[in-house]
Amino acid sequence: MMTSLTIEVGKVLLVLIGVLNLAAVLTWMERKQSAVMQDRIGANRASILGFRAFGLFQVLADSIKMFAKEDFVPPMGNRFLHTLAPFVSAFFALIGFAAIPFGNVIHLFGRDITLQVIDLNVGILYIFAAMSLGIYGVVLAGWSSNNNYAFLGGMRGSSQMFSYEITIGATILGVLMIFESMSLQTIVQAQGELLWGVIPKWGVVVQPIGCLLFLVAGIAETKRVPFDLPEGESEIIGYFVEYSSMKFGLFMLTDFVETILIAALVTTLFFGGWQIPYLTADGFHFPGGFTLSLSEVAVCLLQVLSCCTKVFFFCWFLLLVRWTLPRFRYDQLMRLGWKMVFPMSILNLLATSLVILLLQ
Amino acid sequence: MNSRELTFTERLYIIEVFKGLWLTSRHFFSNMKRHLARQLGLNRVERGAVTFQYPEERRPFSPRYRSRHRLTKREDGSPRCVACMMCETACPAHCIYIVAGEHPDPHIEKFPIRFDIDLGVCLFCGFCVEACPEDAIRMDTGIVEIAAYSRKEMIYRIEDLLQ
Repeated sequence: MMTSLTIEVGKVLLVLIGVLNLAAVLTWMERKQSAVMQDRIGANRASILGFRAFGLFQVLADSIKMFAKEDFVPPMGNRFLHTLAPFVSAFFALIGFAAIPFGNVIHLFGRDITLQVIDLNVGILYIFAAMSLGIYGVVLAGWSSNNNYAFLGGMRGSSQMFSYEITIGATILGVLMIFESMSLQTIVQAQGELLWGVIPKWGVVVQPIGCLLFLVAGIAETKRVPFDLPEGESEIIGYFVEYSSMKFGLFMLTDFVETILIAALVTTLFFGGWQIPYLTADGFHFPGGFTLSLSEVAVCLLQVLSCCTKVFFFCWFLLLVRWTLPRFRYDQLMRLGWKMVFPMSILNLLATSLVILLLQ
Repeated sequence: MNSRELTFTERLYIIEVFKGLWLTSRHFFSNMKRHLARQLGLNRVERGAVTFQYPEERRPFSPRYRSRHRLTKREDGSPRCVACMMCETACPAHCIYIVAGEHPDPHIEKFPIRFDIDLGVCLFCGFCVEACPEDAIRMDTGIVEIAAYSRKEMIYRIEDLLQ
């Protein structure tokens, strides 16, 4: 009893600390990556005893600054909801990670440990429920601030997230039909199969258009450039215009956590999660007949490493997109969502079901 | 409105998105390669960034660059200025204030007792340098960090300008 509880708590802490640290690193990465892309150097001044560590201390300096700032509530705003909103935002962004598998089932100390916080049989629904509830944070923040700009930002945020969540739901239906499960662990295990003995049966191979549409809708879901209308830094500052100190910090953190969540979801659904091509439980089996046997622990470590690498790569990719594309106008955003991405996801769904029907 | 009609591929947008991503990621990887080579000591010549790290590294100025004024000196160390008021007259911002005094040397008619430039008002047009018949004022010091805590400290006197 105690041991299993310890293992569960350990997994929760591992994921939580991992995600929060990655989010902190992403704030540094965003600065540095954008700088390198634009032929600059980026933040490199924060130092401890003259030691700069490529600007990594900037993260520390930022958080100290945020904690030290005045926590301001607008005079006519709703104090309770104003305080609640950032926590709602951050909470629902963080709990989504519970259903993301970061490794296979391993046998350790005579028990089976699933490398996933909780293996829900409706994991994907759970994640989308959490993501949908995240809208409440945005709306509450906009509404409780007693500020027209914040309210406009909150409204924009909610309509944008609703619009693109429908697309996300429609795109992943294709994946669910192919892998015939809603448990993310089962979906990832199914992606270990090979098509014609050569190509790994990853989601991106069987659902290329679905993957693309999911990425578009996912980026819209994170509310960052090119879909940063809820924020609209140059016009309305957005739903967190009346927030300061660490409450604002939580909103910023939520943005990065959502980026990681989308990266993790893309990895899990379309890029094989913790799978490495040709790696099975006892080692590599390449198509040419070449095999390389590995111990179970080594295989497990490689798989966890592969999952982390893929998530990190997609975080990098999402930042690349964020620093490349110009932002949309609001009507363009809605047109893209309802007239292009959504119908395409429906067509993709119809085509997928037709192929599945014909193959039976 | 004379903007060009977008072609079909441009209106599709997705191809243009990938072109843009290709461009920025190319910048990213080539700059990363240079940064890494520099850090590892493989290539000290190529830089990963085009920016200057200001307080440590200074951008070289062009020889024509107009920076803070200085007053040139004669061989004996006295100012070349003969207090002719040409610069004061030419100055569009009226930031130069000169008080002339009688010079003991009969070959030199006058010399400045006071020569103040209010750098808080000066617009660095260089007209004073152009106007000077004696080559007594120049703007070639290369000093650009001119800052003070009060307006009064922005007024530079003859002693400051002669250095």
